[in-house]
Amino acid sequence: MAVTDIRQRSGFLFLGVVVAHVLLISAQVNSRTGVPVLEAVTFGIFSEVQRTLSGGVGGVRQVWGNYVGLRHVKAENDELKRQLAAAEIALQEQRALADRARGLQKLLELRDHLELGTTGAEIIGSSASPDFRTLTIDKGTRDGVRPDMAVIAPPGVVGRVVVPSARSAKVQLLIDRNAAAAVIVERTRAQGVVVGGDNDRLQMQYVSEASDLVVGDLVVTSGIDTIYPKGLVIGKVETVEKNGPAFKRIVVKPAVDFSQIEEVLIVLTPTPAKEAAGGVSE
Amino acid sequence: MRALGVIFAVVAALALQTTLARYLVRGTAAVDLVLVAVVYVALTSGPATGLLAGAFAGLVQDALSSPVVGIGGLAKTIVGFLAGVIGTQFIVSQPLPRFVVFFGATALHALIFMGLYTLLDLRHFGTPYGPVAAQSAANAVVGVIAFQVVELLPGAVERRRAAKTRLRR
Repeated sequence: MAVTDIRQRSGFLFLGVVVAHVLLISAQVNSRTGVPVLEAVTFGIFSEVQRTLSGGVGGVRQVWGNYVGLRHVKAENDELKRQLAAAEIALQEQRALADRARGLQKLLELRDHLELGTTGAEIIGSSASPDFRTLTIDKGTRDGVRPDMAVIAPPGVVGRVVVPSARSAKVQLLIDRNAAAAVIVERTRAQGVVVGGDNDRLQMQYVSEASDLVVGDLVVTSGIDTIYPKGLVIGKVETVEKNGPAFKRIVVKPAVDFSQIEEVLIVLTPTPAKEAAGGVSE
Repeated sequence: MRALGVIFAVVAALALQTTLARYLVRGTAAVDLVLVAVVYVALTSGPATGLLAGAFAGLVQDALSSPVVGIGGLAKTIVGFLAGVIGTQFIVSQPLPRFVVFFGATALHALIFMGLYTLLDLRHFGTPYGPVAAQSAANAVVGVIAFQVVELLPGAVERRRAAKTRLRR
């Protein structure tokens, strides 16, 4: 009798929890506007746990690397990496400058465009679920971070801010299935959109059938999506499959190795397209 | 007391997932340590605890990373409940049956999770058979190892005590 009661109670409990979930999902799907409060609050609290844990793990790694390993070589290597990162960022800005010149824009406007205001951030955690590709960074609204700000690294674009809390923010990586960016092929100026795909790769869509694309072509941001400034490196065309005159499948290998990045830059300056559309969302 | 233990296990799995996992694994075949923790709790504590652990873990995971809170929670609730039922109805004390349960639970979780997203037209996953199979196998290996480690630990402590006693004599 007691066993039957327990089974019945488990069954009722199961039914109740399932119904509650279905109601919860239905409520959100019917009214998907902005960030759910539950998500923002939970993320804000848990990011503090991530910050603490990341600090602990980082501390242990730092002690190991600096005091047990090759201390002086490590420090020198870190300095060289910082200098290399700064040089690569400068190279990207120069690339964007060249793009603007080709577009016959005024030099002054071009200079204004390239002087991107950025702030550095450290990665303190990754996604709680392997089905979503996000990172948590240690800068938030207190540092001027807002939703939809572009996040970049020395090799290229990392993603965009989706949920900022006071002292941290969630960044949706470019390789997430829900991510997208407006792009152009640097060599041919063919326009398209890259979206997250399988195996840490991007798929390029909406490319004109007349476009000439070859493996190895550099893909950069076009700047028309109001999120990513123009001229930032996305990656290189890895495979191009054609079916008759139409493109069947274009795969882009991202320039950034998302499993290796530890520090990023958040672009605080709104893109010209965003300014035209009304500025940064507060 | 058990509830605290379950909450601790889930939070520990989440913490490990969000801090250490990115250093160890790549791509979509990543281990879902939270799901492993839910199945472990369900197998050792029964369907009621399993479904509550699944609901709690899934909702927290959703709130941290999913655009729709509840889909992961529902998937883990169902998986936790069914794993608990299997744990009470069958003898799941050897590595092979445990491997099968963890593998099946991960595959079922992926089916429900991706199925709901596709059904609601929120996201499309293409043909993810390879990544799901890889994740199922990885979760199963981690789950079996977790069981072995937990079961061996008390024995190791006793063996150490016995050795010390022999030395004193």
